[in-house]
Amino acid sequence: MQEFAVILVSSILINNYVLVQFLGLCPFMGVSKKLESAIGMSAATTFVLTLTAMASYIVNELVLMPLGLIYLRTIAFILVIAAVVQFTKMFIEKTSPLLYRVLGVFLPLITTNCAVLGVALQNASKDLNFMQSSLYGFGAGAGFSLVLILFSAMRERLAAADIPQPFEGAAIAMITAGLMSLAFMGFSGLV
Amino acid sequence: MSRTWETPGGVHPPENKLQSMTQSIGHLPIPGTLVIPLHQHIGSPETVDVTIGQTVLKGQKLTTAIHSDNLPVHASTSGTVIAIDDHPVAHPSGLNALCVTIASDGKDQWIERTGIADFRRCGPLDLLQIITDAGIAGMGGAGFPAAIKLSPSNDKTVDTLIINATECEPYITADDAAMRGKTQDLIQGIEVVCHILNGPKRVVIGIEDNKPQAIKALRSYVQESSIKIVPFPTKYPSGGEKQLIYILTGREVPSGGLPIDLGMVCLNIGTLIAIKRAIVDGEPLISRITTVTGEACGVNRNYEVLIGTPISHLLTHNEFDENNCSRLIMGGPMMGFSLTSTDVPVVKTTNCILAPSHSEIPVDTPAQACIRCGLCAEACPVSLLPQQLFWYAQAKDQERLEAHNLFDCIECGACSYVCPSNIPLVQHYRSSKGEIRKANIDKIDADNARQRFEFRKLRLEQADKQRQAKREARRLVTEQARAASSTSQPGSSAADIIAAAQQRAITKKASPDQQKAKLERALLAAQSRLQEAEKRLIEATINGSTKQQTICSASVESARQKVDQAQHRLRELTD
Amino acid sequence: MIDTIAQHPMLAALIALVSLGVIFGGLLGFAAEKFKVHGDPIVEQIDNLLPQTQCGQCGFPGCRPYAQSIADGDAINKCPPGGQNTINAIANLLDVPAPALDEEHGEEEEIKTIAYIREDECIGCTKCIQACPVDAILGAAKLMHTVIVSECTGCDLCVEPCPVDCIDMLPVVQGIVQWHWPTPPATIDLIATSKMSSQEDAA
Repeated sequence: MQEFAVILVSSILINNYVLVQFLGLCPFMGVSKKLESAIGMSAATTFVLTLTAMASYIVNELVLMPLGLIYLRTIAFILVIAAVVQFTKMFIEKTSPLLYRVLGVFLPLITTNCAVLGVALQNASKDLNFMQSSLYGFGAGAGFSLVLILFSAMRERLAAADIPQPFEGAAIAMITAGLMSLAFMGFSGLV
Repeated sequence: MSRTWETPGGVHPPENKLQSMTQSIGHLPIPGTLVIPLHQHIGSPETVDVTIGQTVLKGQKLTTAIHSDNLPVHASTSGTVIAIDDHPVAHPSGLNALCVTIASDGKDQWIERTGIADFRRCGPLDLLQIITDAGIAGMGGAGFPAAIKLSPSNDKTVDTLIINATECEPYITADDAAMRGKTQDLIQGIEVVCHILNGPKRVVIGIEDNKPQAIKALRSYVQESSIKIVPFPTKYPSGGEKQLIYILTGREVPSGGLPIDLGMVCLNIGTLIAIKRAIVDGEPLISRITTVTGEACGVNRNYEVLIGTPISHLLTHNEFDENNCSRLIMGGPMMGFSLTSTDVPVVKTTNCILAPSHSEIPVDTPAQACIRCGLCAEACPVSLLPQQLFWYAQAKDQERLEAHNLFDCIECGACSYVCPSNIPLVQHYRSSKGEIRKANIDKIDADNARQRFEFRKLRLEQADKQRQAKREARRLVTEQARAASSTSQPGSSAADIIAAAQQRAITKKASPDQQKAKLERALLAAQSRLQEAEKRLIEATINGSTKQQTICSASVESARQKVDQAQHRLRELTD
Repeated sequence: MIDTIAQHPMLAALIALVSLGVIFGGLLGFAAEKFKVHGDPIVEQIDNLLPQTQCGQCGFPGCRPYAQSIADGDAINKCPPGGQNTINAIANLLDVPAPALDEEHGEEEEIKTIAYIREDECIGCTKCIQACPVDAILGAAKLMHTVIVSECTGCDLCVEPCPVDCIDMLPVVQGIVQWHWPTPPATIDLIATSKMSSQEDAA
């Protein structure tokens, strides 16, 4: 039990994939303009991350390890991720066409989200069991969601604020992201 | 002592009420002209029933009703109608509205008045009709027709009648003066309303504790068993309907709801006195008590003013000093609005004319940036978030404004009062509310237009289909006819039929002379249109906008082209 | 069997990847069938935001074709009757940046105009009735034509076809009932390049 709590705290706060490990910055900057799209994106990414962590563990254990194909890990995991993302895309297109529309190209780009591949590879290299891998995947997704939603709420307020012209748009967003990152680095040494 | 609750927020601006309470209610001489606006209430105005030159008596109805939310207006004194036209009225926009102007004859002659001393014999609906015919609107400032407020509704019973004697806004003492000077009228008015409402369980007079003389006057006339007098600590804005209900009963009127949803009705002092006058004395609403105050007026006093009295009349009789006055306000310093001209008349909802000096209410300092101090949220009596509303009002984010309950704002001005940056918060909210209302109306219009467009498309498609069907039917008929004729005349062939058709076409074609005449007529018409277009272009160049000029020159161009075409065709024919 | 395959690394790699691909491809194919999408509800939502004047200034024969075109990726700043408010609303819906109105398609009118037929000059030709996209003109052949004011959207498609040019576009009078409080002036500019002051300069 304690182990699971440690894993979750570690992946959500201490080693947050976006603000501490600096993975998955593309959707972080790209989909954070509106709160609704950010919530949709974070739900999609969490779903992909959890499923990918589970599927990549299974592929690693049942196919790659017995056949001694460790060197094919990256390619195999990309295959898994692409399939899961494609499935997620179809699901979202059916259930919420507006969200599908709003996410646009960022939905298939989850495939190339380094956080997803990063989680899969880190789990495999740390030799974790199934439960731990899935928990890491879910924790990574939860941490990504937390940060993305916070950031998009701030960006919405910034959009209405009276910002000097040279700082408008991406510039002030980057500064905000940097300050958030500083804050999250304060968690190091917690566990 | 009944229990009272405390509303959240609120401010304590300096009361400035003692200046206007040194004398009893005064009466002014009848003004030379009275300007009576037709629209003095919430709802739509009635149509004028009198003509220019007609003599009217005091209390005579000037309008007839067309809708159920209409309220009539009456002549405040006897005289002659000299004008029915647009006139500046007391409205923050400074725009004009339709008014009836009466020149008083000084006789102040009443119509025949039939009061009902024993009103308890009448049914509530009859009494409500008298109240409507007397033109009684809420005189606390809102102007909602009193009869509609008191009308029985099928599913809601009224168990509490609240009399709003709060008058929380600084400077205004009209209700205070009425309570001291017309106490008996007030009590009778309450009795009439109790009868109309079929005896509500609780009758409560809510009054602030800064009016001890009024409380004493009320207590001397009222049996505590029937009507409860509940004083509570002074705070602005306790006089708002929803705020007063919370203070006296601890219950909140739901957002977007009305007091009747809780089984309560809230009426103002002035409205109750007017109801008594209408039922017991048979007098329509033609006068009200108005406070004239402010350092720029030599005399500060409450007056019983005839509806339609121009403000200038009030000011001249109170030693108004224009140079000393920073601005003329109708209403109080928190919720009143500035007047641009002194020609505007007193209406049913005018509770105060405030003429402050430059030191009393100085000119606004310019607004600075919001420093996010949060004092506005502490002051808001409705527990809204003024800071967020301001942010989203500046960003024009309609969705977020409605999510933060913009329409629950009572526009009391407490947030603007405490803002250290002098931001005119209430003006921002009013502007946003107006824009949202306009956007909603535009949406309804757009949906309507879309429906009509879709229907038109449908109609054209159906017409097209019908034409197709007819053409099909005709074709079948001609085929059958041809089949029938071919069997009877074996000699006819396709070529013969074509030749016969060509023969007919040749005989139908006009002779060259007729064609030439036709083309000449066309040329003349095109030339006259060109002349018209050129005339309009000259007019537009003199006094039209650049857009009009471009349109006119474009139409001149096309007219010229058409003339050329007509000439060309004529030349072709003659060659 | 696993051991035999493990001894031939090339074969192992090939079989592993191909079989993974086949499995996932099969799963995706099944999912594609199950989650098939019909129609495009986005067009409906965009059409709800357009002002429905059906004037054609955007270059499309009506508001719905333009909504369809926006759903297919067209620019959102082509509608003058909608003005900047409509552009902002569509940008908000689709989460794209909101550009300024494309002047090529016309200017935004500050005051709404309504068509008015000078009845003395009307010849009863019905050309304007055929042109009106919302059937706001009442009349018949050789009989008087008149504009139903409450239905007219001010699209001015009727002005062109009139052969005697008797239609004027008159501004709607804004009385007390339509009035609403204007926006108060912006706060003082502390920073010259701040957004509010640049908006004021542009306005």
